Amino acid sequence: MKTRSFIVSGAPHIHKNSSIHKIMWNVFAALLPASFVSVYAFGMDSVRVLGVSVISCIFLEIIALLFMGRNWKAAFDGSAAVTGLLLGLTLPSGISTGIILVGAIVAIIIAKQVFGGLGNNPFNPALTSRVFLLIAFPGPLTTWPLPRGLENIKNFMGVATAKTGDVITTATPLGAIKENAVKAMPSIQVNDLFLGIHTPGSIGEISALALLIGAAWLLYKKIITWHIPVATILTVLAISLLTHLISPEKYADPFFHLFAGGLIIGAFFMATDYVTAPIFNKGKLIYGIGIGVLTIVIRLWGGYPEGVSFAILLMNSTTPLIDRFTVPKPFGFRKARN
Amino acid sequence: MSKAKTFKGGIHPSYNKHLSEHKEIVEAPLPKMVALPLSQHIGAPANPIVKRKDKVKSGQLIAEAGGFISAPVHASISGTIKGIEPVEHPLGKKVDAIIIESDGKDEWIDLNPVDNPFDVDPDTIKNKIKEAGIVGLGGATFPSNVKLSPPEDKKIEFIILNGAECEPYLTTDHRLMVEKTEEIVTGLKLAAQVLGVNKIYIGIETNKPDAIKKMEKKIGNDGQVVPLQVKYPQGSEKQLISAITGRETPPTSLPMEVGAVVFNVGTTLAIYEAVFKGKPLVERVVTLTGHGIKNPGNFRTRFGTYVAELVDFSGGYKEDAAKLVLGGPMMGRAVPTDGIPIIKGTGGILVMTQSELIVREYSDCIRCGKCIEACPNNHNPQLLGILIEQEKFDKISDEQLEEIVLDDCFECGSCTYVCPAHRPMVQFFQQAKSYYNNKKKKR
Repeated sequence: MKTRSFIVSGAPHIHKNSSIHKIMWNVFAALLPASFVSVYAFGMDSVRVLGVSVISCIFLEIIALLFMGRNWKAAFDGSAAVTGLLLGLTLPSGISTGIILVGAIVAIIIAKQVFGGLGNNPFNPALTSRVFLLIAFPGPLTTWPLPRGLENIKNFMGVATAKTGDVITTATPLGAIKENAVKAMPSIQVNDLFLGIHTPGSIGEISALALLIGAAWLLYKKIITWHIPVATILTVLAISLLTHLISPEKYADPFFHLFAGGLIIGAFFMATDYVTAPIFNKGKLIYGIGIGVLTIVIRLWGGYPEGVSFAILLMNSTTPLIDRFTVPKPFGFRKARN
Repeated sequence: MSKAKTFKGGIHPSYNKHLSEHKEIVEAPLPKMVALPLSQHIGAPANPIVKRKDKVKSGQLIAEAGGFISAPVHASISGTIKGIEPVEHPLGKKVDAIIIESDGKDEWIDLNPVDNPFDVDPDTIKNKIKEAGIVGLGGATFPSNVKLSPPEDKKIEFIILNGAECEPYLTTDHRLMVEKTEEIVTGLKLAAQVLGVNKIYIGIETNKPDAIKKMEKKIGNDGQVVPLQVKYPQGSEKQLISAITGRETPPTSLPMEVGAVVFNVGTTLAIYEAVFKGKPLVERVVTLTGHGIKNPGNFRTRFGTYVAELVDFSGGYKEDAAKLVLGGPMMGRAVPTDGIPIIKGTGGILVMTQSELIVREYSDCIRCGKCIEACPNNHNPQLLGILIEQEKFDKISDEQLEEIVLDDCFECGSCTYVCPAHRPMVQFFQQAKSYYNNKKKKR
């Protein structure tokens, strides 16, 4: 009998056509609508900030991988690009290129590669970097150029705008209410916040609609699950509704809190970062609620107008603990003979 | 038809059943030679009772059961014993096998069916099944008579026919349900009677509507066909019980713990043939399929037939055939050669092509949680995978995971299938299992 030899390998012999590469570039794509809106709103400045951030992050990733003797091609798995894009989207459009480069170094080298690269970093690299920049360069990080269409409004939302260099800057809506309380600015419309092109803020947080389109894509592709964003947003809505009902003069309404600032980009794109978020569904809910509570506490009573970045980073640190206490019961421990 | 039932977790691989699902079962020609391993079942190997140059008939007992959990082996062809020598075994190691050279006549022993099987006492039936060497043909190859003899204190409430056939490519059970409906239903009813059970369920995935229809018609009011969602591993015993009855069999326990006994389609047919026809188990239906095969199909094949011979008969390999898997693509075992006999547990032979072999490097876990979603046992392959990769076995025992989790992982491969970092989780678990088995032995 004639026999024949074959290649041997372990089961399973088929695999799903999925990869880190695919997931990460999908996340990148999901951030593009918001990026395009930002280009419309802030013009070439936005292209510069996002471009420098993405390219420098990928470049630094290559350097770091080469330095550690790993496969440098992993720099194109999309994770560095996503970090770069997220970092860029959290910055004001007027930020200097030097500061972006510092941010990229903090994100890729310190927050990610020092811990062992993708999968091993305890804190979200883009957020770590943003918070670092906020503390290191408070001025530039809180100087918000006015988006297109608002250039001529000198007194936006009752807050004085200032001319720095050749751009007019102003406070973000959250900043405005921090300084002046709600009654001072009747001109803020939820509609404006939703579409975003008429409100100042970080490059990526100005249009809730664009972000939600990207988020819908991620949910549709099953790259993220609803647990974290829904828990985060509902918590923010619930607490802000309560405080608004108690004192509408002092506290803004829930929709303002939903669409102003970085809640949407944070809840859908940053809090859902696989590496730094809890892995079980129950844990994801706890984590989301935690982010929501911390966000609103910082916004209403903290020293900063916006608290999403701090909230997510703080909750990042609780992830191992949450994971430990939310391990689901294995099959067979739930319902035996009924 | 009510909404299809299912279990929690699982995956949706491409099934590729179209290659063979509508191909009628074909009788493979008599092999010129067979190699019948003494171990084709779970438990002690059988003890040979023949020697070199003995003449044997088809169906003749040639090796006796080696213990309570064991099964006898019968000659699958008539001819001369060439010897007892080690051959390649589908499970990897070389094992002793009885080699028979065919005389080309296929002369059978006298067959002794049981008269009026529904009227005799259960022990007669169980004995007949035991003598016939019947083991679970789904792959676990657990002796069927043992399954039919639960301890007194375990009350069996229902019997389930496993017609899920969730492994991609395989169509053996599907074809049998369509072509041998009556025999299977009769065998199932008989098994139910032996167990003293009156609740009969037949679980079939909805991708086999013809089988569902035929089985429904045949079983009538004596049992219930339960349509199941098409999802892997729906045909895993515990997942099947959970889908149909809502009961979860505890880890390390047998289904009888929750009052259930599950039978494979081929096994019930074997029971029918043993009892009603007096035929010992000497053949089975094998799906020979894959893109590396010229003519995929379902073949009734005598045990001990070499894979190479069956492939030849079917029309041969395609030029780019590169990998030979015994079983399905999810849990099947890749073997290095086709000079390997088909045995009781061989339900499928899958030939994959060069282009289907993708060598992928794996990277660090990114904690996406896809494996946790996919795990039908609700385990945490992610954490276990990392601990095992880093050889932190002590940490696993600290968390007391080794017994409840590792013992219960049946290596369905769902976690490995979905992992975007391409981590070989199944291999990690195998590594951990052998670590703990060695440790247990040392104690």
